[in-house]
Amino acid sequence: MADAPPVRARGLVKRYKEVLAVDHIDLNVNVGDVYGFLGPNGAGKTTTLRMALGLIVPTEGTVELFGRDPLREGARALEGVAGFVEAPRFYPYLAARKNLELLAALDGDGAKERIDEVLEIVELTPRSGHRVGGFSHGMRQRLGIAAALLRRPRLLILDEPATGLDPAGMRDMRALIRRLANEGITVLLSSHQLPEVQELCDRVAIVDRGRVVYEGALADLRRQGGAGYRLRTTDDSRALELARSQRGIEHVIGTPHAPPGFVFQAEERDVGSLSLALAQAGIGILALTPELATLEDLFFRLTEGGGDAHDPATGESSDDDARSEGPLGAAASALAASAKALEETR
Amino acid sequence: MSSRAVSAAPATPIGGAGGLSFKRPSTATAYRWELRKLISQKRTYLGLGLAVILPLIFVLVQNLHTHRGHEPGNIFASHITQSGLATPVLMLLFLSLFMLPLIAALVAGDIVAAEDGNGTLKTILTRSVDRGQVFAAKALAAMTYATIALFLSAVVATVAGVASWGFHDVVTFSGTVVSAPEGLLLVFAANAVYLIPLLSVAAIGVLLSTATRNSAAAVVGTVGLVILLYIISGIPGIEGIKPYLLTEQFENWHGLLRTPTDWTPIWHSAWVCALYAVPSLFAAYLVFLRRDVAGG
Repeated sequence: MADAPPVRARGLVKRYKEVLAVDHIDLNVNVGDVYGFLGPNGAGKTTTLRMALGLIVPTEGTVELFGRDPLREGARALEGVAGFVEAPRFYPYLAARKNLELLAALDGDGAKERIDEVLEIVELTPRSGHRVGGFSHGMRQRLGIAAALLRRPRLLILDEPATGLDPAGMRDMRALIRRLANEGITVLLSSHQLPEVQELCDRVAIVDRGRVVYEGALADLRRQGGAGYRLRTTDDSRALELARSQRGIEHVIGTPHAPPGFVFQAEERDVGSLSLALAQAGIGILALTPELATLEDLFFRLTEGGGDAHDPATGESSDDDARSEGPLGAAASALAASAKALEETR
Repeated sequence: MSSRAVSAAPATPIGGAGGLSFKRPSTATAYRWELRKLISQKRTYLGLGLAVILPLIFVLVQNLHTHRGHEPGNIFASHITQSGLATPVLMLLFLSLFMLPLIAALVAGDIVAAEDGNGTLKTILTRSVDRGQVFAAKALAAMTYATIALFLSAVVATVAGVASWGFHDVVTFSGTVVSAPEGLLLVFAANAVYLIPLLSVAAIGVLLSTATRNSAAAVVGTVGLVILLYIISGIPGIEGIKPYLLTEQFENWHGLLRTPTDWTPIWHSAWVCALYAVPSLFAAYLVFLRRDVAGG
């Protein structure tokens, strides 16, 4: 058990009647990872985390924390594990300190002696005597971190920890997570905040519609995303159409969440051909800049651009093949599927 | 949380060492905290308030009422001014049918469902206690509350009755007279016997609380079941099953207040109530162990 990975999930499935919330998810969180768990709303992130903590029973598959299955071993499997899923919840009629005393009593292992320390860390000492019912969302979030730290975790599972925090709170939350990671705590971080994940995480899993579309090192994913170009023109919509029809111009994607224009991948000579074609069409180039794919670009490519290689018509999946090729293969397959979908659109 | 707070935090590691020597907290610890949670909630005092106020109102009204010798009807009602010990017996007669089951249901029906609704179930189920321990603590707390409500009502009725009409010998259902100390003992023994079906009501409340995940549905469902059993017991032609209805056990404490003591209905009550309570608790336990905690 000593060298078992903090989180190892195999073939996790959760089905609610007709709804497949989680579809054969595999996860591998290693010791020391700051592991980002990304996906759009409803992708199955929280359901997966709940299964990891033993809160809900998987329809299929297994999950182990440090080699122990929470379903079979109960609280023993949560040794050295702490965190929260969705918003942390407390007893509103009890003061913050009383809430922590209750949780410390249910933790044992000297947790009660750490209450002052963890309140200090999240800067809630002055409010510790106040009822949680009067706390803001951000204060509850901080109390959630304090409650997790009571357990002196080796693995910290955090579901959207920065949600509801102001910018300073977000910054400090990141600083705290970084500090915990530096102390050797493995962190599994579910987040919508892509900059947060980009800043904190070294490995990520991206889930879409219940399936992992990428799992691996963030650096590998960005490398796989490849160097591309961002183009701004006098008429972006016509330019986008034109680019899609040009030979050698690939992965042309409008970026509604980014600065105006669109991004694409191409060899240098094909960029030259595109600029000539634009000029012939009477479209002026305002800016053409080389760009390394950001996590946000990759995220949208994988989750909106057909990155889910699951074929709803046949029920077959090329994801399994992709997974067998490793994370880079999965990303490549997803990107290929994205390109194919765009091709079909044309 | 400011950067100052983070940087000002102690230099000692705040994580990373947990779980190396696991010692699970006891069920008694979880039970103590269930009681502390009950003590901190206003709802708790609603039921206890009823258990205190109703005997006081009863004694007050009886003090204002002009009694003319022995009145017809229940033997304790006709002797109410003869001994203060008649008051707790009369209160048990009145409250046992509906009010005490309602008070027991108020907490038992809420004890799991409220945590589910508030999302705190996930908070306590991700600590170092097993689900079975949490369930046991909750079931014990619900039963403790029912016990406290019952005996609180008995104590208030006894004190108010004795203060009004004195600590005198009291008659039994058989018409025999017992001494005041023996009468006091019988009063509390009768409450202890009534506790058996009351705990069965609490067990049903815990089951509905666990299964429905809805406090209101569980409380109303428990009280509704009691009403349903009363209705069934009034249907002609089902005399054969009547002794096995839970509501019929609410009056079996009468056997203690007869001379000689009639133990038969008391033993009958004990095993019939067990038939309601044990499967309810076991089913609730199984549901609690395997349920998905998806709320909150």
